[in-house]
Amino acid sequence: MWIEVVGGSRHVPAPGSFVSAHRWTEVTVSARMVLRRLGGGLLVLWLVSILTFLLVQLIPGDPAEVIAGENATVEEVARIRTELGLGQPVLEQYLNWFSGILRGDLGDSLFTNRSVATTIAEAAPPTVVITTMAILVAVVIGVTAGIAAGLTQGSWIDRAVSAAATLGIAMPSFWLAMVLVSVFALTNPWLPATGYVDVRSGFGVWLSHVILPSTALGLATAAELARHTRGCVADVLTRPYVRTARARGASGVWLIRRHILRNAAIPVVTVLGLQTGRLLGGAIVVEAVFGISGLGSLAINSVLQRDYPMIQGYVLFSAVVVVAINLIVDLAYGWINPKVRTA
Amino acid sequence: MTTATISTTVSKRPRHVARSLLRRPASAAAIGFVALLVFLAIAGPLVSPHDPETQDLGNRFAGLSSTHLLGTDEFGRDVASRIIQATRIAIVAPLIAVGVGLLIGLPLGLWAGLRRGAVDAIAGRLADTILSLPALVGALAIVAVLGPGLVNAMLAVGIIFSPGLFRVVRGATLSVAEETFVDSAEAIGSSTRRTLWVHILPNIAAPLLVQVTILMGVALLAEASLSFIGLGVQPPDASWGSMLKSAYNNQFESPFSVVPSGIAMVLTVLAFNTIGDSIRDAVGLRRRT
Repeated sequence: MWIEVVGGSRHVPAPGSFVSAHRWTEVTVSARMVLRRLGGGLLVLWLVSILTFLLVQLIPGDPAEVIAGENATVEEVARIRTELGLGQPVLEQYLNWFSGILRGDLGDSLFTNRSVATTIAEAAPPTVVITTMAILVAVVIGVTAGIAAGLTQGSWIDRAVSAAATLGIAMPSFWLAMVLVSVFALTNPWLPATGYVDVRSGFGVWLSHVILPSTALGLATAAELARHTRGCVADVLTRPYVRTARARGASGVWLIRRHILRNAAIPVVTVLGLQTGRLLGGAIVVEAVFGISGLGSLAINSVLQRDYPMIQGYVLFSAVVVVAINLIVDLAYGWINPKVRTA
Repeated sequence: MTTATISTTVSKRPRHVARSLLRRPASAAAIGFVALLVFLAIAGPLVSPHDPETQDLGNRFAGLSSTHLLGTDEFGRDVASRIIQATRIAIVAPLIAVGVGLLIGLPLGLWAGLRRGAVDAIAGRLADTILSLPALVGALAIVAVLGPGLVNAMLAVGIIFSPGLFRVVRGATLSVAEETFVDSAEAIGSSTRRTLWVHILPNIAAPLLVQVTILMGVALLAEASLSFIGLGVQPPDASWGSMLKSAYNNQFESPFSVVPSGIAMVLTVLAFNTIGDSIRDAVGLRRRT
């Protein structure tokens, strides 16, 4: 998308001129960067697929017997062995499994016999919604607090933000979730304590179910964002161009919009990229607290039931999400900061 | 730690760092708190006000009182005594995780940083791969293989920690390996093992210590998360995480019960983070902002 931005329509040079040639190089260089990042991401995903495949091979003892449980009949063990293709040579097993993945076939659950891909797709919506809302909560609270602290360095606001951020980073999200439930659902019955409803049953109802889990999940990220934004604002304020703008009598609002927000966008994007994994992991436990049947509870149940195809599917899915988000983050850098476009 | 090596890098004398840590109120308090936890973990049974296992079913969910400082749980057991009993796991579990992480990450990181080559290339790729997984997801997958339980859960967390430790160690080793004293040592025939353990390790101790301290807190949170979802500590053992689980099950009857073990956990993580940040400041490393 930003390849066009790089090309830009600011200059319309004559065909064959030097500028045009220069512009062409810039486009190829960034296209090459995109391809390189994409290639790196795919390589990592391929390696993840190997590790994920090896999970079953690494089970101590006979995997089929372990999966089937202690009281399993011989037939059950045999069924699991064929279902997972455990009789074949390892390389062949991997190639079969991997070609399945490439076709979008992650195998079937050992317990429900339903397709892993479908089950994951069905469980994803609540998790996606809560994680997205958590990011929203984190950005709104974190960036606001960070800018406020950065602009008023040394004040009580600054100290309060920094103390809250330190605390926020040390707090496990699932404990925060329980405290929020305690305060806003049990002691004061304002919000529902558990469950998830689809947005189709009404925006108000939906929001009331989403607000506590996403706040619990997002506050640690907000704390991280506040720290980074504060540091960035403090840094921008020392720059000569900001001093010049101030000397020219630029208003505070203009300064924030023109210089600070734009520069603060970089740490925000970086931190969000790094926090994707944390949010996906945190969602597992937060979903458990709120009794939401999303990807998290799917993951927990699969581990407890030793439903390996499901676990493998879930691990792969998480890796794809993280790699995709990081790719987007890399591309977003180029869009926010022209300096890294050709890097 | 040997001071025989002459270093031009940032590392300062350990005694100097320790003194500067104890001089700051925040880090002194944090060190004091961790020392208290270690004391409770060792001498818990001697100082705990009640037997943590004794049930008193007529006295379930008692509020705060002078006999039960933090009230009682769903079986009428004294919460304060149970929190003291669980400090043992709060100290030991992170030690297992960080220990496993170091066991894998430290030698590989040292070797990769000094010699580069195939070890660096392969371990680096593997680290990228593991780091592309959300930490808790990776830990879940490993627990799925090993089976639930505290030790298995912390082994899993340790494996997940190892790529991060590998990177920190490798990065620090890379810069120390440039120093003249490493060249001189090798020139007079120091073996790779000797170069790594005697000449390089003491000089990368500072960034490593920072990372290890902060990971102690992360490991405690991971233990609590895994115990909360039933994959970590198994009853009758109790950790702050599993206590939170039973508090959660009884939240409708007793909303307060989520507070004590939660606070214990937050304070401990806070203490580890404070110590880590203070060491970082004291040795003059860049803060992680």
